[in-house]
Amino acid sequence: MTESSLFGGLAVVFLAAILTNNILLSKFLGMCSFIAISRNMRTAVGMGIAVTFVTLFTAMINYLIYYGVLVPGAPLCAADLTFLTFLIFIMMIAGFVQLVEMFLERFIPLLYFNLGIFLPLITVNCAILGVNLLMIDPDRHFGFAQTAAYALGSGLGYLLAICLMAGIRQRLAQADIPRPLRGLGITVIITGLMAMAFMGFTGMVDL
Amino acid sequence: MSPAAAGPGNSLSVPVKDGIGRSNPILVQALGICSALAVTALVNPTLVMGAALIFVASLNGLMISLLRNAIPHRVRLIVQMLIISVLVILVHLYLRAYHFEMSETLGPYVGLIITNCIILGRSEGFALRNGPLASFLDGIGQAAGYALILLAIAVIREPLGSGTLCGLRVLPETFPAAMLLKAAPGAFITMGVVVWVVRAIWPEPQQTEHPESLH
Repeated sequence: MTESSLFGGLAVVFLAAILTNNILLSKFLGMCSFIAISRNMRTAVGMGIAVTFVTLFTAMINYLIYYGVLVPGAPLCAADLTFLTFLIFIMMIAGFVQLVEMFLERFIPLLYFNLGIFLPLITVNCAILGVNLLMIDPDRHFGFAQTAAYALGSGLGYLLAICLMAGIRQRLAQADIPRPLRGLGITVIITGLMAMAFMGFTGMVDL
Repeated sequence: MSPAAAGPGNSLSVPVKDGIGRSNPILVQALGICSALAVTALVNPTLVMGAALIFVASLNGLMISLLRNAIPHRVRLIVQMLIISVLVILVHLYLRAYHFEMSETLGPYVGLIITNCIILGRSEGFALRNGPLASFLDGIGQAAGYALILLAIAVIREPLGSGTLCGLRVLPETFPAAMLLKAAPGAFITMGVVVWVVRAIWPEPQQTEHPESLH
């Protein structure tokens, strides 16, 4: 692969992860936090940034662990340990989140206070484990750089979706919605409409 | 969390009924939506997903409840994740060994049962404070409530989107399949409508907002 086509390939993966294969709107991952946190813009942005950051780094670390240790014939351990994938990945994510939390608290307290409350919650955010599990999908043949581009794009896609939703919900607060539809119902339907809008990107870039 | 704690005087069937009705995880607590939507384009994978969730949730409730006095408070999240991961790995290996095609269809969503908020939510909110049998039944009830909603969505989506039900053709070939229902937006909108209908028929006395402390 030449240098320019490698870069082009990365851009395609990156854009596809944000627009056509949006982790939230096409893969349904991260819905719980999406619905709970999207009530106002400030917390939505905080959550989005935290998810992007953790997704990017855990995907890169887990990629190295998966291909360095877990797959059969890997350089560090020849035995087939892929049955441990789920366990290792979720422990890695939990550990990484804990580490980031301690690091921020010690060295960047201002960021810690702004982001702090979201960090423990994102261990169980399906979007992060989802990206980690999707990147090792054998059909994709992702290399390390593509994995990083895919993880960054997915995180930013989540940030985009949750910010859009927060903006819509601030307007929605003044709307007269039928009582049974309030809260969960209307949020999910609007998410559906957003997903429909995002379907318009189909064919622009493809994974 | 929901006030579904079964007191000593309550009969043991209460947690099960609560999970399906009064404190239904998806409708009332807005938990576990992530995986609720992904598998519902067809009925068969939905049934498998529901069964897998009942298995993991009930056994996780049982084990956490048995260990609840032995788990140090500070590391309880990690311990819970460990137990859930092991149970999910069992499900994954079973599916790959005996139902390989189903395992391929479900793809990463089996692994994502680990991060299904219902399981961690119930183990935090119920199993850590209640006896083994009650926690086991609570797991079954919550997961069954989740599976029922999933099934309701799948039963709408599969015939209209693909013209089949459980893989058997129920609508004639000439019936125009609604591609939208098969795609992602259809899942969101169907779910919104299901929530709307259920809440219109059985209105909630007080809208329990989803606790922000989880997820």
